[in-house]
Amino acid sequence: MSSPLVQLPEAQLRPLLAAYDASVRTRRWHTLLIFAATLIAVGLSTIPAEVSPVLLFSKIGNFTSYIDRLLHLDSGAAVWTDPVEWYWGLWRWLRLLGETLLMAYVGTLLGAIGAFFLCFLAAANVAPGRWLRVAVRRFCELCRTVPQLVFALMFVIAFGLGPVPGVLALAIHSLGSLCKLFAEVVENIDMKPVEGVTSTGAPWHVAMRFGALPQVLPGLVSYTLLRFEINVREATVIGFVGAGGIGMDLLEAIRKFYYADVSAMLVLIILTVSLIDTLTSFARHRLIGLVEKH
Amino acid sequence: MASRPGIDLAALRARHPQQFAGFGRDRQKAIAFAAAAFLLLVAGMAQLGFFSGKLITGLAKLGDVALLMLPPDPGSWEHAGLYASSLIETVAIALLGTLSAAVLALPLGLLAAKNVTAARVVNFLTRRSLDTIRSVDILVWALIWINVVGLGPFAGVLAIMTSDIGSFGKLFSEAIEAADRRPVEGIVASGGGRLLAVRFGILPEVFPVLASQVLYFFESNTRSATIIGIVGAGGIGLHLSEAIRTLELQQVSFIILMILVTVAAIDLVSNQLRFALIGRRGRTA
Repeated sequence: MSSPLVQLPEAQLRPLLAAYDASVRTRRWHTLLIFAATLIAVGLSTIPAEVSPVLLFSKIGNFTSYIDRLLHLDSGAAVWTDPVEWYWGLWRWLRLLGETLLMAYVGTLLGAIGAFFLCFLAAANVAPGRWLRVAVRRFCELCRTVPQLVFALMFVIAFGLGPVPGVLALAIHSLGSLCKLFAEVVENIDMKPVEGVTSTGAPWHVAMRFGALPQVLPGLVSYTLLRFEINVREATVIGFVGAGGIGMDLLEAIRKFYYADVSAMLVLIILTVSLIDTLTSFARHRLIGLVEKH
Repeated sequence: MASRPGIDLAALRARHPQQFAGFGRDRQKAIAFAAAAFLLLVAGMAQLGFFSGKLITGLAKLGDVALLMLPPDPGSWEHAGLYASSLIETVAIALLGTLSAAVLALPLGLLAAKNVTAARVVNFLTRRSLDTIRSVDILVWALIWINVVGLGPFAGVLAIMTSDIGSFGKLFSEAIEAADRRPVEGIVASGGGRLLAVRFGILPEVFPVLASQVLYFFESNTRSATIIGIVGAGGIGLHLSEAIRTLELQQVSFIILMILVTVAAIDLVSNQLRFALIGRRGRTA
């Protein structure tokens, strides 16, 4: 053979090629099986979910015309031709948006403070007791699995309509999810400082304060900022069940077909959410940058 | 202890001046920042009506409510069957919404990824539209789709699909941008076109990541699907909010318990599948 490539002798090559073919074949089979299983699951799901492509195709015109109606004032003019009329309730909506942001802030911070105290009890490497750790973990799981709106509905019964039940619902949900994330941060620390502090005879809380806290603080702040971003979105709809913020007015406008008001509020919400997103991601990148610089 | 030599602080201070130098401006800034955040918290709580006495009476009432919820009880077998079937409906809504969103989001993710679509204008426009879709909450989408296809679970499927297209498009484009460039270059060098480069250079690498994200969203969408019923888009949420509003609190706790068990079961299954797809190390990713 004149080829510069070294070819294995036929006898050696054949089993290798056969093994390759077999492995490709099994992978193909696996892919096909997964694909078939997914298809079957989808097919079964369409029955309880009452999926009907025919309905969708016959009604898709409603979707475009709904968007179209959102963009027209009662007088029939497009919304951008008369911004004063479009934003007739600007001050009220801005006040409600301010309330929404404040709810997100207070809810996030209350949840973060709670999670901060619980996360050291829930982290596997520093927790003072095994049973305490399991109890804290289960509690946090409960807090984050029950949907926020369900908490809000229950709290509205107890506290009455208004922002207080909304904030508490946000706080409880944030507590649950932040506690899990915080505990993961604590589990990833370098244990040597904690051992050093403990070896001087310091009690547990002092070891946490000087051994663990300086390592975890940037991570905790970063997660809290991320949660704030999420909570701003959540706070805009928590008013749907009467728990304060702009959601109450938005739901009313949607239900009563005040199309121009709906689009006006949605635009305000989208702008606010994007602004908060930009600000928090800027702050988080600076925070992470600071940590890497040190 | 008595034999321990006394510590001569002054000498120590003279020997290690940096260790005693104090913490400087960074620390002062951090303390000022924390104090400002705390003040804003207290002012915000006052503004939202936390200190008007409502909190104390509310907490007492909440205790009563919690006691009334125990023990969980569906009321009758009929109710239990009804809840079980609407829970199945909930899971079906989540599954269909997530999968259809994933299928529709893949081309959008390719359009938004800078290493696949070279035209910056297309990148930018796709990204902004995805951001806009994501800023509107799933409940608002549900209300809009109810206007289109009427009350019922189909509106829920469409709502989850719409709101997830935004999230998937962003996540997919990020995963695609993080992909290794070399397989693509290899395919282009051997004469493959753009489409082949995406099919054989990028998709095999990113597919496990995308699949694990889809599974993760299926989990979280099961949770979302439990609440979209509150506005009438199918699933268990309708029964839940009805039971809360009519103060059938034992039924409420029963439904919540059913939701918790279902979510835990789906968590377990999808975690196993995700580990099978991307290995244990991907757990925190």
